[in-house]
Amino acid sequence: MAETQTPARPAPPAARSERPTAPARRRRPPRATAGTARLAALLVSPTLLVLGVVVLYPTIVALQQSLYGTRRLDPKTGFVEDSEPFVGLQNFAAIFDEAGSRFWNAFWNTTFLTVTTVLLETLIGVAMALIMHRAFRGRALVRASILIPWAIPTAVTGLLWRWIFHSDGIANALIGHQVLWTTEGFHAKVAVIVADVWKTAPFVGLLVLAGLQVIPDEVYEAARIDGAGVLRRFRHITLPLVKPALLVAVLFRTLDALRMFDLPYILIGAQKTSVETLSMLAQDQAANVRFGPASAYAVLLFVYVFLIALAFVRLLGADIVGDDGKSARRRRRLPRRPQGVAA
Amino acid sequence: MKTRTTRAVRSACAGLLGLTAVTACGTSGGAPPAAKAGTFEGRGPITYVAGKDTTGTVQAVLDRWNKAHPDEKVTFVQLPTDPDAQRQQMIQNAEIKSDAFTVLSLDAVWTTEFAAHRWVDRLPADRFPLGRMLDPIVGTATYRGGLYAVPATSDGGMLYYRTDLLRRAGIAEPPTTWAEMKADCAKVKKLPEAHGMSCYAGQFQKYEGLTVNVAEAVNSAGGTVTDARGRPHLDTPQAKAGLDFLVDAVRDGTVPKEAITYQEEDARQAFQAGKLIFERQWPYMYPLAAKKDGSSKVAGKFGVAPLPGLHGPGASSLGGHNLALTASAKNKATALDFIEFFTNEENQRFSLKYAPAAPTYASLYQDPALVKTYPYLPTLKRSILHAVPRPRVFRYGDLTAAVQRAAYAALTGEKSSVQALKDLQRALRHPMAE
Repeated sequence: MAETQTPARPAPPAARSERPTAPARRRRPPRATAGTARLAALLVSPTLLVLGVVVLYPTIVALQQSLYGTRRLDPKTGFVEDSEPFVGLQNFAAIFDEAGSRFWNAFWNTTFLTVTTVLLETLIGVAMALIMHRAFRGRALVRASILIPWAIPTAVTGLLWRWIFHSDGIANALIGHQVLWTTEGFHAKVAVIVADVWKTAPFVGLLVLAGLQVIPDEVYEAARIDGAGVLRRFRHITLPLVKPALLVAVLFRTLDALRMFDLPYILIGAQKTSVETLSMLAQDQAANVRFGPASAYAVLLFVYVFLIALAFVRLLGADIVGDDGKSARRRRRLPRRPQGVAA
Repeated sequence: MKTRTTRAVRSACAGLLGLTAVTACGTSGGAPPAAKAGTFEGRGPITYVAGKDTTGTVQAVLDRWNKAHPDEKVTFVQLPTDPDAQRQQMIQNAEIKSDAFTVLSLDAVWTTEFAAHRWVDRLPADRFPLGRMLDPIVGTATYRGGLYAVPATSDGGMLYYRTDLLRRAGIAEPPTTWAEMKADCAKVKKLPEAHGMSCYAGQFQKYEGLTVNVAEAVNSAGGTVTDARGRPHLDTPQAKAGLDFLVDAVRDGTVPKEAITYQEEDARQAFQAGKLIFERQWPYMYPLAAKKDGSSKVAGKFGVAPLPGLHGPGASSLGGHNLALTASAKNKATALDFIEFFTNEENQRFSLKYAPAAPTYASLYQDPALVKTYPYLPTLKRSILHAVPRPRVFRYGDLTAAVQRAAYAALTGEKSSVQALKDLQRALRHPMAE
């Protein structure tokens, strides 16, 4: 997106610098022999094995479990059946019938909370990063203090904000009006958003700060000589150059926010329709010994998260793999050829 | 070619990020038919599994057992304080048929669920002195006529009231009906020292405590939430009268507005800060409110009475813990002896000395030494004798969620009490149907 808006200017380094250096860079290392390939396979196999055990296996089991229903009570004996009945895709189809309203409520809650929190966190996080990036006295202290919310466990954050949003809490004292934040209603969503933004904006700030620090000063210097103002420098230099870092930060936050569980659970409460997210719904089903529907909801959440991650990677070009490490290398070389940017 | 592989790698990577979403779900297998009742064999070391013990009395009791039974030692497995987390770990242990947990300390409302799933064994009733325990308490440990657990502690709601204010307003006796309570409040509120006080509060946040309070209100009006077979009866005038007491109280300001955010601790703090004339609370508050170190403004100024009802004394819900035996456990002969030991009168007397609770034995409520420490005991006994256990259905989690949803909608004015009860009746018929 940003690339099309800035065709002439600070050319995304990745696209620009590729051509001249290509012949030299492109030369591949000598072809791997069968022996080294085997060694390579051997060396990565422990990683693959661990991934298989901790990632692949639970996923497959969850998928399989989602095809089973709920055990019923045998009215004659008074005991619950021994095994769960196979119901095929019924658990998934259930979201379209009457009982599905709870799923859709959770789905929209999840989406709403994700969009609002990530948006606010990005804005505030970028602002934080710009402040932290500035050279001023006490910078180390500011950096450390901005990061404190991120370092606090979410459960503790939830308790902390529950006191703040208590009926006699400081939030009500500040606004001078009693809002019962932890009851059902839109205000409960607001409470969750405020607490989540407070907690995770520093994360965005930290990642963006890392992105800011690799932008060389010469680029700004050249732009200043060319007469670019503060806003212009921000739009045409800072934003495009920090975009890779920013996108990764936003992607991670989005995926995290979609799985939001502990904050609404602790801050507002387990049974609150206003803030019930998909994770909470899946947990509630599992807690009531309905592993089939629980797995189905978890799988649906997985698909949702997966699609969003895919969209980020495909549409926005989020560079979560580090692009084979090439662009990173190029970026580091940039300082030596500032004319390519200032042109 | 190159772009395609990168894309594939990227997509795979995105997939990995997404995968972390699917971790909350465990697996479950079918349980084999429960062991035939009466086969409690094997002696040796066992475990006792309960929530975190904040009083320190459990280990002392276990130490005494271990001293007397060096070959059948009991290890204390402490689970988190949060009851949901305890239940989840116990269910997981039962579902994988592990023998890690032997004797479980079950919340009274879980007993039905654990029995129906055959996660715990049916116990021989003649081994335990159930006849000396209060009947409603024993009721929480049975399922379909069989004993599945042995009550170790109980808990009942009581009406805490301000003796000083009532006396000054010329009221001799605490109220026994809701109407009396409201009339008493009107009198007390005319006193200058009652300025700004609210009449009554219970636990009305949308959580388990709300189910307790609503069930008490319905039972106190002569209604039933669910009958012995788990069928709901919420479309009755009695149920409506019960729920209406709470709904009207919220609407007309009998209870403070913020009471719909109250859990036990919030209500306790409000009472101890002198904001309430009456409060529905468990016995645990008694010693805390009586503390003379300045933390309680009502020390020496309050008393307890059985809960009021529509036409006379109301019916409390029951809390407490029952000891059950995991079906997949080993050394069940030892476990049975240990359950007998742990729940005996002597140990209850010992634990009671260090932490306020409701004993399960009738005699302990009259014990002069205990009554001196806990003056609430005779009142609590009356409360428990009138108590109705919370609904005993095998899907208690769904039931309590439905009750909370309906009652909270009625309390916050989102639905009329008639509509809320109608919806609740329909919601309960479905998941509880056998």
